[in-house]
Amino acid sequence: MRLKLEARAEPSPLMGYLSPLLAAGLTIIAGFILFSVLGKNPLQAFYTFFVHPIRDLNGIAELLLKASPLMLIAVGLACGYRANVWNIGAEGQLVLGAIFAGGVALYFYGSDSKFVLPMMVVAGAIGGMLWAAIPALLRTRFNTNEILVSLMLVYVANLLLSWLVNEPWRDPEGFNFPQTKQFTETALYPALIAGTRLNVGFLISLAAIAAGYLFLNRSFKGFQMRVAGLADAAAKYAGFNANGMIWLGLLLGGAAAGIAGMGEVAGPIGQLLPSVSPGYGFAAIIVAFVGRLHPVGILLASLLMSLLYLGGEAAQMELNLPSAMTGLFQGMLLFFLLGSDVFISYRVKVVQPPKAQARLKEAAA
Amino acid sequence: MTNRIETSHSSGHPRIELRNITKIYPAVVANKDVSLTAMPGEIHAVLGENGAGKSTLMKIIYGVVKPDAGEVCWEGKPVTVVNPAHARDLGIGMVFQHFSLFETITVAENVALALPGKPELNELSRRITEVSEKYGLPVDPRRLVHSLSVGERQRVEIIRCLLVNPRLLIMDEPTSVLTPQAVRKLFETLRQLSVEGCTILYISHKLDEIQELCNSATVLRGGQVTGHCDPRQETPASMARMMIGKDLPHPQRGAPKPGEPRLVIAGLSHESPDPFGTDLKDMHLTVHSGEIVGVAGVSGNGQQELLAAISGEEPIGEKHPVIICGVEAGRMDPGERRQLGMCFVPEERLGRGAVPRMSLADNALLTAHRRGFVKSGLIKFAEVKAFADNCIKDYNVKCGGSHSEAKSLSGGNLQKFIVGRELMQNPKVLVVSQPTWGVDVGAAAFIRQRIIDLRNEGVAILVVSEELDELFEISDRLAVIAKGRLSPAKPIQETNVEEIGVWMSGMWPDAGDAAHYSPASEEAKNAAQA
Repeated sequence: MRLKLEARAEPSPLMGYLSPLLAAGLTIIAGFILFSVLGKNPLQAFYTFFVHPIRDLNGIAELLLKASPLMLIAVGLACGYRANVWNIGAEGQLVLGAIFAGGVALYFYGSDSKFVLPMMVVAGAIGGMLWAAIPALLRTRFNTNEILVSLMLVYVANLLLSWLVNEPWRDPEGFNFPQTKQFTETALYPALIAGTRLNVGFLISLAAIAAGYLFLNRSFKGFQMRVAGLADAAAKYAGFNANGMIWLGLLLGGAAAGIAGMGEVAGPIGQLLPSVSPGYGFAAIIVAFVGRLHPVGILLASLLMSLLYLGGEAAQMELNLPSAMTGLFQGMLLFFLLGSDVFISYRVKVVQPPKAQARLKEAAA
Repeated sequence: MTNRIETSHSSGHPRIELRNITKIYPAVVANKDVSLTAMPGEIHAVLGENGAGKSTLMKIIYGVVKPDAGEVCWEGKPVTVVNPAHARDLGIGMVFQHFSLFETITVAENVALALPGKPELNELSRRITEVSEKYGLPVDPRRLVHSLSVGERQRVEIIRCLLVNPRLLIMDEPTSVLTPQAVRKLFETLRQLSVEGCTILYISHKLDEIQELCNSATVLRGGQVTGHCDPRQETPASMARMMIGKDLPHPQRGAPKPGEPRLVIAGLSHESPDPFGTDLKDMHLTVHSGEIVGVAGVSGNGQQELLAAISGEEPIGEKHPVIICGVEAGRMDPGERRQLGMCFVPEERLGRGAVPRMSLADNALLTAHRRGFVKSGLIKFAEVKAFADNCIKDYNVKCGGSHSEAKSLSGGNLQKFIVGRELMQNPKVLVVSQPTWGVDVGAAAFIRQRIIDLRNEGVAILVVSEELDELFEISDRLAVIAKGRLSPAKPIQETNVEEIGVWMSGMWPDAGDAAHYSPASEEAKNAAQA
């Protein structure tokens, strides 16, 4: 008896939903083994990792706070991914969004106009789109690979931010620390729940999820992007503009990442620092795929990913585990998901060794 | 003409024997209890409609698919063919209906992949040229496969099999894209192979070919054997009856009533962006409302380029050479041209005419969205589904429903769906490439009838096909494409297969000389007036 993968007649929609759950389950099992090997009590470690961070209202507020940039970026990226436009540089677009929004905040420093915050949102989106426009232009004009270009631009963006906070925008009263002035009240998102750090940015992310659902699943433009992603020649045959898809895919991702970057500096950080994101732009790629490139899935996946961030911090503090723990869990989750996804199009079949096979051997002998 | 090899002369075992083969797929029973025997030197036809289970049965012999039950005997011994490499070791070669070539590498490299060991490429190229000349299947071994037309790809598949001197050759609809002359050549080749003792399993839906070539036949319907016969003793009509269980309808046409010019090609010249493509040279053609103009020719003579220039997938630099319903459309993209009332059925179904991983409903939306299926940027799913359901019903598309993925359909059924989708959009101009390629006789007759019906309703129709019989059956006028040039279109009554066959090699009167009076210059005038 042996096991065999057999193609399904059509992809199983059930497995499409089960696969992320299966991946989460396998991640937990692998985590269990991992904690045991590290000499920690697995049950206690799990409690610390997954339950302890969200034991009270403050914890839940933190969970949503971290989930909001993730879902925002992921839904933007999903638009491009559906069209096979592989924007891997959301982290860089996020940084540019933070820089543009931070620039607005610093320019209007001390102003009490209520337009500062909306202007920062727009500036953040523009910053992200400009950074995403570079791979779009290079791809449509010179057929460069947007994966490489967008990824490399992440490092450029980080260096740009580093220069800004070290030189022109450094806070003169900041004891030479590489950081800008703290933004004033008008340049910060108002809190959503008093006493917590959760802010209005979360509502913007939820709105993006709703808009993403409408765009991806109900709109004709979203349909065109799916066609372009699945079959190039069919998109051309139907008369859909291929370059337009690439531009739209990258710009939507860039705008979402830019707004997310703005949300960081106008939210929990409140100023520009040499680092404005713990890798949200990259984690959002995993969120997008765990969420099946579907807005509702992305919403749930962003919560899970956010929990991994919080759990990683808790594990550092309570269990003396390295911060690499977060990355490890993120990696395992993606790894198991890609593995489980095989079962969407295939199923396992038990096959008996055919008698004829034995006879063939006889014949050959 | 018939094969003179007596199947009894090679005493002993049949070359191949299938006993009670059953193969069940998750959605369909492909073969049930199928038995078949072929002797050395026999040319054995396997007949059946699309989805009758012919291709699955052949894939079982070739080791691509494992049967769920039953036995395969090779030269008297039961075998389990593990994979195609094993099949080739045994001496089985197969030419697939859906080509199994890698597009990004050359012809020679593709052939090398199917051969054991690491053949030396220059030596192999020489052998390919040799075999291709011997059997009248010209192909340049250094060309990249993606630049080849369907017909040329098929030649590569055939040559690939012939290189290894097989003892059993399986041919899955091999002649569908060959010229009559090339079919003759192929038949000579096959007969020669048969005399040499090679057994040939020949799948085709062209009954006249089977009658001419084969000396035995197994008929399949719905995955089961419905009978064996000797094609030489049957008529195409009697075999069709065995296949589809009823008599074959014949297309009804009537005299054409041509109206105003709807599609005008006026001095179309275009350099192909593909180094292996065919440049189009000064083409002229007018298609009027209410007539069907056929374009014959051997594949790879500029058909793809002409169709891409008409559809807008390869826009040309100037506006005037392509005129659709009176509008100069040379620079328009395919969407804008459809807006003018043109619909187009392309040669490739999967990946171009339809998105393989999308449902039939989504694939209906692909080109039919102009029928008010989009409102304020949002899709009206219910109406799209209704349209797709109608298309499935009217065109008798065998599938699970409008939610089925395009790639789950057999080639013929998907073709019916795509033709249906385009025809149901009430086009003013219809451009069809290979309308019935790989479609079974019943469905092909149906599609041809629908095309004729549309012509009677006043649609201007251009049909590009490599099947001459089909063009003679439905066209009102016929033009020939050769080496990137287009012959004048001649009324069908004033020409015949022989003349068109000669024209297909590029030799029509005053070819390349527009000084004389000719229908071509007549059409140029028409174009200028339009």
